[in-house]
Amino acid sequence: MKLPRAVRALPTMLRIGVAETVAYRGEFLVWMLTTSMPLVMLGLWTKVAEEQPFRGYTAESFVAYYLSNLIVRNLTGSWVAWQVSEDIRLGSMSMRLLRPIHPMVAYAASHLAAVPFRTAIALPIAAILLVSSGASALTTEPLQLALLVPSLVMGWMITFCVLFAIGSLAFFIMRAMALLNVYFGLFSLFSGYLLPIPLLPGPIRAAAEVLPFRFMLSAPVELMTRHLDGDQLAALLAGQIAWTLASLWIALAVFRRGVRRFEAVGG
Amino acid sequence: MLRYLKLLAVQMRISVASGMAYRADFLIEGVTSLAWMALTLLPYYVLFADRASVADWDAASGLIVIAYFLGIRGVLEGVVSPSFVDLVERIRSGAFDYVLLKPVDAQAIVSASRFEPWKIFDLLGAIALIIYAFAKKGHAPAGVDIVLGILLFVAGVLAMYALWMLCAAASFWVVRLDNLTYLLGAIFDTGRWPVHVFPRAWRLVFTFVIPIAVMTTYPAMALLGLLDAKATLATIGGALALLVISRLIWRAAIRSYTSASS
Repeated sequence: MKLPRAVRALPTMLRIGVAETVAYRGEFLVWMLTTSMPLVMLGLWTKVAEEQPFRGYTAESFVAYYLSNLIVRNLTGSWVAWQVSEDIRLGSMSMRLLRPIHPMVAYAASHLAAVPFRTAIALPIAAILLVSSGASALTTEPLQLALLVPSLVMGWMITFCVLFAIGSLAFFIMRAMALLNVYFGLFSLFSGYLLPIPLLPGPIRAAAEVLPFRFMLSAPVELMTRHLDGDQLAALLAGQIAWTLASLWIALAVFRRGVRRFEAVGG
Repeated sequence: MLRYLKLLAVQMRISVASGMAYRADFLIEGVTSLAWMALTLLPYYVLFADRASVADWDAASGLIVIAYFLGIRGVLEGVVSPSFVDLVERIRSGAFDYVLLKPVDAQAIVSASRFEPWKIFDLLGAIALIIYAFAKKGHAPAGVDIVLGILLFVAGVLAMYALWMLCAAASFWVVRLDNLTYLLGAIFDTGRWPVHVFPRAWRLVFTFVIPIAVMTTYPAMALLGLLDAKATLATIGGALALLVISRLIWRAAIRSYTSASS
């Protein structure tokens, strides 16, 4: 009964999401522009690699890596943690709980509605990537390219679920947003956002292989920029599927426990 | 002048008092500040583990740029940003009227209306990093270079303050502009690298359009004794010019202020 209802409400929720994104277009654009770290790293590492290739990375492979990084981050990034924690703090979560649709579905719909806008920003970057020197370092394997879309979808799912869980922590603690800073630090380190994972020092690289962060960002980027053999490809996708399921379960569990002790401040 | 110093002391005392109310934050802030420092240093570590120098910057000299970056960011997040958030809120709610009514310069009140006392750790971390870098180099900086290094740090702080003040002035015309500081913060992040490691076009932007290089690279070069007199004067002059421009724009912005309430 619940699922069909959610499906029926989906077009309306998407329309609301589009309207929200259009209303806050200024904020949206600025928010997108602040993900400029890959560009800084791009400038730096291409200069370094021009002097002489850095541990097998040429200037071209750095251009391809960081521009792909920027595209994936633009498509999969999420601000759901802010929304959820604000809704809890200010009490408007009660209204969402009253609706006959799980709040997580509603948030997800409003984020899905932003996908066309995100694509509009990602497309010019992709165009620059294709005409830049980085194009020569992109993969041409048909299988890897075919897997790119599912990989992006799973990356989006994991990011959304993890951030939803962090936002839901506002049910339990006052300073959930301080945790978001910690999250972003860990994310920059382990996801390949700051540096390609193969360049990280040994122990950090070993941790990055198993933590969820790699599967949010690095996985699609690797599909675009690296040649992966059969085993590597299978491991990458298995990791993504496992973390998609695990993060979904964690997000729902944290939210369910939180709602039980929700006191509806304000209202 | 004495009046303004007294005012500053009072505002600082209030902030410290409210900071003390959340003593647990002290630990959290200390740990987070250390963790962010480690994260800032990681790309340096990766880069210089493999290379002796990049664009004529070696590892120890690069650390000094990072130290200046941490120092300026400490002032930014400790004084300028919190006060700025306060100001945007006052403009939005109309409480800015009361600031204008007070018999002191409004800019003096709003630029230091709130402090984050724990950010002092960033400054201490920066000083420790400079000492470590010079220990690694094996010689202390010359006396005159220390003076220049401190002087240019002040110039860097002023340039950063002026840049944020320009944003503040803009928020009189466009209210929801606190977003702009996020953008500025993201651009400011490039200051952790010597400006010379970037391609030429970026270097021009970071020197003349958004003068990030003035805040970190040039002060570090001064401390290392690498900055000639002309560049030193240009850096200080540029910072002062920016300060004057931001003051003029602030005055113009005040004149066009139309209260939000009443």
